[in-house]
Amino acid sequence: MARRTRYWTQRIAKVLIWAAALSTIAVMVLILVQILREGIPVLSFHFFLGSPRDMGRGGGILPTIVGTFALTAVAIFFAAPLGVGTAIFLREYTKEGRISRLIRFGTDCLAGVPSIIFGLFGFVFFVIYLNMGWSILSGGLTLAAMILPTIISTAEEAIKATPGSYREVSYSLGGTKWQTVTRAILPSALPGIFTGIILSVGRSIGETAAVILTAGSSLLMPTSLFSPIRTMSVHFYILAREGISMEMAYGTGAALILLVLFINTLAHWLINRYIHRRT
Amino acid sequence: MEIKEKIIEKLLLLVALSSITILGLITFFIFEEGIPLILKIGPRAFILGQRWVPSQGSYGILPMIVSSFWVTFGALALGIPLGLACTIFLCEWTPPAVAMILRPAIHLLAAIPSVIYGFWGLVVLVPLVRNYLGGPGLSILSGSLILGFMILPTIISISEDSLKALPPTYRQGALALGATHWQTIWRVLIPAARSGIVASIILGMGRALGETMAMIMVLGNAVKMPSSFLDSARTLTTNIGIEMGYASGDHRQALFATGIILFLIIMILNFLAIFVSRRRVD
Repeated sequence: MARRTRYWTQRIAKVLIWAAALSTIAVMVLILVQILREGIPVLSFHFFLGSPRDMGRGGGILPTIVGTFALTAVAIFFAAPLGVGTAIFLREYTKEGRISRLIRFGTDCLAGVPSIIFGLFGFVFFVIYLNMGWSILSGGLTLAAMILPTIISTAEEAIKATPGSYREVSYSLGGTKWQTVTRAILPSALPGIFTGIILSVGRSIGETAAVILTAGSSLLMPTSLFSPIRTMSVHFYILAREGISMEMAYGTGAALILLVLFINTLAHWLINRYIHRRT
Repeated sequence: MEIKEKIIEKLLLLVALSSITILGLITFFIFEEGIPLILKIGPRAFILGQRWVPSQGSYGILPMIVSSFWVTFGALALGIPLGLACTIFLCEWTPPAVAMILRPAIHLLAAIPSVIYGFWGLVVLVPLVRNYLGGPGLSILSGSLILGFMILPTIISISEDSLKALPPTYRQGALALGATHWQTIWRVLIPAARSGIVASIILGMGRALGETMAMIMVLGNAVKMPSSFLDSARTLTTNIGIEMGYASGDHRQALFATGIILFLIIMILNFLAIFVSRRRVD
C-alpha cells in the first residue's frame, strides 16, 4: 500500500512539474508570437532607415537605432576594461581575503540594485553634478555601472576555466605575471569574456528606466556624445504608454525582440562552442 | 621590469575597486538628494503618511511601500512554485528534447526587455483580468502575474547551481535506500540545496521590488492603500518612474527619498542573500 502511494505521489509530482515547464515555454511563446505577429508587418526598409514624423506616429525609427547603438557602445567601452580588469585582479593578483571579499560584496550588491536607482544616480551624478546633461555619455556611463557586475562575473568564470598548465608553462619560461595574463590567460579566456560582453549588450539595449532619466527622449539624430537621444526601448515605451501609435509600437517592439533574439542566439552559440572545445 | 609589474598590480587593484566605488557613489548621491526632504517633513510622516499630493506638499509613501510588497508577494506566489518546478525539471527529469527548448526559453525570458513584458501585459493580460475578474484590469494581479515570469530566470539559475553543486553521493545514497526518484528530489536534494534556493528566492524578490517600466504599464498607478488584488496600485519604483520626468524642487527630492527607501529595502535583501549563501560555503 505504502509502496503504491509513493509511486502515485511521484506520478502526480511528475505531471505537475511537466505542466509547469510547459506553461513557462507557452508563456514565452505567447509573448513572442503576439508582438512579432503584429509587429513584423510594420517592419520595412523605410521603417528602419526613415526619420520619425509627428512624434513617432509615422516615418521610421533610425535615430533611435543610432541612439541605442551609440549608448551601448559607450557603456561597453567603459565597462569592459573595468570588468575584465577586476576579474584579472580577483583571479590572478590576489588570494581570497579582505580585499577580494570587499570587491565581491560590492559587485554582488551592485548586481542587485534596481535600474531605476541607477537612473536616479546617473541623473544627479552625470547629468547634473558633472554637467553632462541628458546625453549619450551620461546614459552610457550609467549603463556601464549597471552592466559591470555581469561582465566581472562572466570574465571571472572564463579566467577560472583557463587550465593551470597555461600559467605553469608561462612562468617556467620566465614570463612575468603580466606577460602570463596577457599572452597565456586572456587569449584562452577571450571567448568567455566576449560572451559576457554580448549578454551585456542585450541588457543595455533592453534597458529603459535608467536610460530615460539619463539620456533623455529626444527624437533628433544625435551629432555628438553630448547629444540627448531616445533608445529603441524608450521609444517603444513612449509610443505604447502615451498611446501615440500602437502600430509603430508593435513595429519597434518586434525590432527590439528580433535584435535581442539575435544577440542571445549569438551568445549561446559562443558559449556552446567554447564549452565543447574545452571538454 | 619589476617596477612595471608593481604599477600594473596597483592599477588593477584600482580598477577592481570600481564596483564598490560606484556602489558608494550611488549611496552618497541618492542620500544627499533625498535626505533633506525626509528631515524636513519628518521620517515618520514620510514613511507612514498615506497622502501623496506633491502640489500640496504632502509626501507620504506608505501606500507605495504596501503596494510594492503586495505585488512582490503575488509575484513570488507564482514564481517560486513555477521556478522550483522548472529547476527540478531541468536538473532531474530533463527529457533532452524538452530541456533543449526550456533552457533557451528561460534564457530568453531573462533577455526580453521589461518594457516588452509591460506591453504584453497591457494588451493581453489586462483585458483578460478586466473581463473575467472585474475591476479596472490595470491591477496588482496583472503586475504580479507578469513579475512572476520576469523573476523566473533569477530563481531558476541560482537554485539550479545549488542543486548541481550537491555531491552525487546524496542521490546515490537515497536511491540505494530504495527511495523513489521523487522522494530523493523532495526529501534529500531540495533540503540539501536549501540555502541556495532561499538565496535565489530573496534575489528574485529584490528583482520584483525593483522592476519599474513593466509595472508602470500594468499597475494603473493610483496612489491608495490596496485592499484587493484587483485594485490598481502604485509602487515605490513606479512612483519614481512616472513623476521623475517633470518633478522639481521638493517634489524631486521626495522622489529621491522614495529611492532611498527602495534602496534600503534592496540592500537588506542583498545582505540576506549574501549571508544565506555564505552559510552554504561554510
